Amino acid sequence: MRIEAIDATVRLGDTNALDRVDCAVRPGEMVGLIGPNGAGKTTLMRVLAGLQPLQSGEARYDGRRARDFPRRELARRIAFLAQEGEAAWPLRVDRLVALGRLPHRDAFFGESAADAAAVEAALAAADVAHLRARTLRALSGGERARALLARALAVQAETLLADEPVAALDPLHQLQAMALLRAVARNGAGVVAALHDLTLAARFCDRLIVLAGGRVLADGPPGVLTDAVLAAAYGVEAVRGEHGGEPFIVPWRASAPSPGAGETGA
Amino acid sequence: MSAALIRAERAYGPLVVALGGLTLAATFASLAIGYVHLDVFAALNDVAHGRASLPALVLVELRLPRAALGCAVGFSLGLTGAAMQGLLRNPLADPGVVGVSGGAALGAVVVFYSGLAGAFSLALPLGGVAGAVVAALALYALVGRGAGTMTLILAGVTINSFAGALTALALNLSPNPYAAFEIMFWLMGSLVDRSLPQLWLALPLMLAGWALLLSSAPALDALTLGEDTATSLGFDLKRLRLTLVAGSALAVGGAVAVTGAIGFVGLVVPHLLRPFVGHRPGRLLLVSGFGGAIVLLGADIAVRLLPIHPELRLGVVTALIGAPFLLSLIDRMRREA
Repeated sequence: MRIEAIDATVRLGDTNALDRVDCAVRPGEMVGLIGPNGAGKTTLMRVLAGLQPLQSGEARYDGRRARDFPRRELARRIAFLAQEGEAAWPLRVDRLVALGRLPHRDAFFGESAADAAAVEAALAAADVAHLRARTLRALSGGERARALLARALAVQAETLLADEPVAALDPLHQLQAMALLRAVARNGAGVVAALHDLTLAARFCDRLIVLAGGRVLADGPPGVLTDAVLAAAYGVEAVRGEHGGEPFIVPWRASAPSPGAGETGA
Repeated sequence: MSAALIRAERAYGPLVVALGGLTLAATFASLAIGYVHLDVFAALNDVAHGRASLPALVLVELRLPRAALGCAVGFSLGLTGAAMQGLLRNPLADPGVVGVSGGAALGAVVVFYSGLAGAFSLALPLGGVAGAVVAALALYALVGRGAGTMTLILAGVTINSFAGALTALALNLSPNPYAAFEIMFWLMGSLVDRSLPQLWLALPLMLAGWALLLSSAPALDALTLGEDTATSLGFDLKRLRLTLVAGSALAVGGAVAVTGAIGFVGLVVPHLLRPFVGHRPGRLLLVSGFGGAIVLLGADIAVRLLPIHPELRLGVVTALIGAPFLLSLIDRMRREA
């Protein structure tokens, strides 16, 4: 499913969280959404997921509006992984993951074999199968993040919108989760992940959308992360290099005060 | 803990059957136990053959309304408590939180106060239902315009305390102390001297409310992970809130209108049963309904067996048992956390 935000503007309080943003996600594409805190990443995620009312502009799904679809159909086709991962009740991990099957199930029938298989696959993919009988509260932050990622994977949607899926993970699980998200994309799904780690973003994503101050600063292959873009978006200078043909970008120090000044005016 | 959780997971079917069976047993016990000895089977036999014997009269006119109302009202309170806790994602929510029980109590008090209560036998429950409807409409006007969960809580609390203030005002201004006594006694909640017509008035409301509440089970499960996630799983939260407000208005409004306010059942029962359904809010609904029925019937049997006269009011007993129980529960939760 092709999801577009067209001229999307969102006001939260008296600031523009998003200011006339255009962007698109296509099937089979792994998109990294990056930008400093408060740049509008979460808001854009919510716009793409159809959760965020817009001041102007719109979100389109294969060219149609969200309300042109039955809710459940959209819920089957778009999985959304929220950033704040709190469960109100101490459910078992596998029961939480099974919530991802709700759009596929008729209200009062139990899980089908396909549901059970999807839950198992998601538990294994996110490396939480061994934690299945624990409750979310008994897990570490990273384990919790993986369990919630498994919940989103269990939807088996054709688009996966993940808001900071790797922020809490240790290095190994960060690499595994990024590889997993890319594999999901390679299987034909469109994947959008909000990220803070520039190296992971540059290595694993097909395309990066850089947000700053509610606007799209850059949109393109990982090469768009130029020194000028990093300075304008984050106000940092980075050390760059290459290993085995793949780039790495390490933020090193605050950049000289010149380019960042224009951004706050936006 | 995890072994217990796994057992809970598998035991849902048997748990429902067991609680359903216990509910039936408690209803039957409520029929059989009373101030006069009654051979329930002989009485049932008389009823079946249309013989208007004394046992048949006691059964149909006294015991049956009391037992059936105890069962239905308990079910309403337990179910609504579980549904409200699921909606608000807060274990301290209870059926009163949406303000409907306060509205129902006020409606009944107005009927008392105006003297309509003596005019015809259904005046009191009808007043209660009217009060519940007014409170629900006030809430609807707000929630229907898309207010969030926090607004819902605040509005419910406000409506409840406003209704409470008006009830106190009625007591304050009551011209004759006996009327004030009567109002206070009614407010304490009881199943004594209820009649079949009252049952027929309240039961359809409660049944409709149950259907609305039970139909929300999958949405409440989804809500475990927050409002955004629930919406992304295809649930319309605005519709969910409306459904649950309407469902609790019908279930609790119908219940309070007939029996007066009976506290703590809707708060404590879901707490008690939550671990047995693996903390799943959807599955908690039905079992809490049965649990509420069992607790209320048990309390109502207890007030009849206790050698205390005048008979203790049901709402007093549930609060007396419920409050310390809840405290111990909170203490246990604190130590586990």
